[in-house]
Amino acid sequence: MKARTKRGVAIVVGLVTLGIAAALVLNAFQSNLVFFFSPSQIAANEAPRERSFRLGGLVEQGSLKRDTSGLTVTFVVTDLAKTIPVTYTGLLPDLFKEGKGVVAQGKLGADGMFRADQVLAKHDENYMPPEAAEALKNAQAGKGAPMKSNEAMTK
Amino acid sequence: MTAELGHFALILALVLALVQAIVPLVGASTGRPAWMALARPAARGQFLFIAIAFACLTRAFIDNDFSVLYVAEHSNSLLPVVYRVTAVWGGHEGSILLWALILALWTVAVSLFSRHLPEPMVARIIGIMGLISVGFLLFTLFTSNPFERMLPGAVEGKDLNPLLQDPGMVIHPPMLYMGYVGSTVAFAFALSALISGRLDAAWARWSRPWVTTAWCFLTVGIALGSGWAYYELGWGGWWFWDPVENASFMPWLAGTALMHSLAVTEKRGGFKMWTALLAIIAFSLSLLGTFLVRSGVLSSVHAFATDPARGVFILGFLVVVIGGSLALFAWRAPSVGTGGSFEMVSRESALLANNVLLLVATAAVLLGTLYPLLIDALGMGKLSVGPPYFEAVFVPLMAPALFLMGIGPITRWKQANAIDIARRLRWAGGVSFVSAIVAPLLLGHWTPMVGFGVLLAAWIVTTAATNLIGRLREHPAPTLRAKLAAQPGSYYGMLLAHCGMAVFIIGVTLVKGYETEKDLRMEVGDTATIAGYTFRLDAIRERAGPNYNAAQGTLTVTRDGQPVTVMHPEKRLYTATKTPMTEAAIDTGFTRDLYASLGEPVSRTAWSVRIHHKPFIDWIWFGCLLMALGGLMAVLDRRYRSVRSTAPQPAQPAQAASSASSAPASGTPALVVRTSTRVP
Repeated sequence: MKARTKRGVAIVVGLVTLGIAAALVLNAFQSNLVFFFSPSQIAANEAPRERSFRLGGLVEQGSLKRDTSGLTVTFVVTDLAKTIPVTYTGLLPDLFKEGKGVVAQGKLGADGMFRADQVLAKHDENYMPPEAAEALKNAQAGKGAPMKSNEAMTK
Repeated sequence: MTAELGHFALILALVLALVQAIVPLVGASTGRPAWMALARPAARGQFLFIAIAFACLTRAFIDNDFSVLYVAEHSNSLLPVVYRVTAVWGGHEGSILLWALILALWTVAVSLFSRHLPEPMVARIIGIMGLISVGFLLFTLFTSNPFERMLPGAVEGKDLNPLLQDPGMVIHPPMLYMGYVGSTVAFAFALSALISGRLDAAWARWSRPWVTTAWCFLTVGIALGSGWAYYELGWGGWWFWDPVENASFMPWLAGTALMHSLAVTEKRGGFKMWTALLAIIAFSLSLLGTFLVRSGVLSSVHAFATDPARGVFILGFLVVVIGGSLALFAWRAPSVGTGGSFEMVSRESALLANNVLLLVATAAVLLGTLYPLLIDALGMGKLSVGPPYFEAVFVPLMAPALFLMGIGPITRWKQANAIDIARRLRWAGGVSFVSAIVAPLLLGHWTPMVGFGVLLAAWIVTTAATNLIGRLREHPAPTLRAKLAAQPGSYYGMLLAHCGMAVFIIGVTLVKGYETEKDLRMEVGDTATIAGYTFRLDAIRERAGPNYNAAQGTLTVTRDGQPVTVMHPEKRLYTATKTPMTEAAIDTGFTRDLYASLGEPVSRTAWSVRIHHKPFIDWIWFGCLLMALGGLMAVLDRRYRSVRSTAPQPAQPAQAASSASSAPASGTPALVVRTSTRVP
């Protein structure tokens, strides 16, 4: 093989490989983006029904309930404007608490119940998950109401 | 007083860093030996003063000096002394100081182990490391001074984040930083070679031990972090594709590519520009990692800093360093020339493919890590990229790289015969296929994923064995012992590191394929069974720790009626921060871990409990350890310690090409500089 042909072959092989890799990456990327929605956005029907997404806000005071098995919990996530009921089966993270920020990942059921397969709360009690903080901020801006004093919001 | 002393020492260190950065660099470009000679003493002085500053901060922690803001925020008088010492790097300011200290340490190491290097080269390397140090010290002094006083002082400290109160955290950050910061050395080597225009095989040989050493530290650091997440976070996971983990993984991937590309540059004089570029990329990714973790841009467990000034500083620093070095690269690289030519089937090709795959993987991780930040910064909403993305991308990208791991070391430089390789590896291939079918059946049931993982792991080990046997057969020494002793340390290091990767793959595959877990509601006396192990909850009682109160469970584990172990998972409440924490109980075994964690009380008498059975999970970290040991063996190879070699000695390219054994015999570095061989 001539040097030039060889180089040509190498370049073509390289480009094809890179093309395959890029297609692979972008395809996986597309299908694994997890979008974030706040209770207000869900109430406005902006959230998808089929696809898994993240929901963030505060766990409403007094809303945490356990079923008789003790492992399935329901609670209400609020952005102080709208609320969404959430159900989850499994162990809750250490810092999950009523009145604190939370991010749940899962799907929205036809009954309006959010079925979470993952509940995230961050490992510092003053630390607010940015998604949750954002949801509260947007809801406040939407209502034009003065910000309620909330310890977690100051962070 | 101690704090002021530390602050003052840090300022002096900055002054010395400025001297170390400017004088030797100017001296090297104007040819003044006296100016260049200042590099080493300045570097050592800088290290001394940073060490003093660090010692002062440690002292403030030990003395519970809560008038120092940083101490008050990260320590507590009830904290055990060992954690008070490690709390020094438990927060943002202290960890940046640790970074600066480690950078100074690496610089001192360069100043000690560079006697055989040309003086202008040393001056430039130390000067460039000084420049980086100036950046970090300015950052510390202006945006994150750990010595800042708070008047009046606090009565009691806020306590260290309970997650960091753990022996793993004592060594994880220093190890990781040794790895991160170690990439500065390769970066400085590459830049000074670019400046001087001497981007040759000798440069590659000087860089190699440094790159490999940093890589070993990084490997151990990442493994420690992963192990810590496994036993401390209480979820039983060992890798989450969390942005902070990615931040340390990207320099590792780039560093791995760099290590392999340096091999070509040293042995064949090829890939020179590519190697220099990789050194710049690896260092840039380390800086980016610092930026990601320390600027608070991430929504992750590690992001304890939330100050935009810091983010802007690091971002600016990042732009200057990466932009500057890439500009230098663009300016100087064309004068470097290309290396020797090689055929499609050759070790160069295999290593090139390895490099491309590793870099594509790095880019994929980078995309997944930065894209959410970018979208957020552009105000286009919030989103995250889940672990499935990384897994979907990683497996197909790494599978061919792992396949090549078996072929590359057995392939000749420059030109190899595909049929010959296939003939040599037919046994390895056969054995791998058989084990891929049989091993999963012995362990339980066969699934394609487990079969594939076993196939790759077995392939790596069997090809390594084939390689070793071939080398021993070819060697003229009379006895097996002499044959074994004749192989260089770096060769054994390579084999060991590759086998470490195989062990790692086994761990990952089997734990993914066969792990079981159960979330349960348990009352005292209840039992639950997973994977043949029966867990019985015997008691839950209160226990008081030094700075926490805990509910401690007692789980008795039996198998076929025989007692296996008794486990004590805890739920702790740290008193100062009122932070609850799950302290999992783990029973470690060679072929499996049992893992139990307490959830919370779900009724007056019952608790939620999570139990896991994790087969072969410890192989993951054991594999990492083997990789790091392999790296260490390669670094200790005699040929890096040979004193002569201030000038590269061109060897015969033909000789290197025809030699069937890959690495040169120890002590006689076969340096191949630019060859103009063209195959007609």
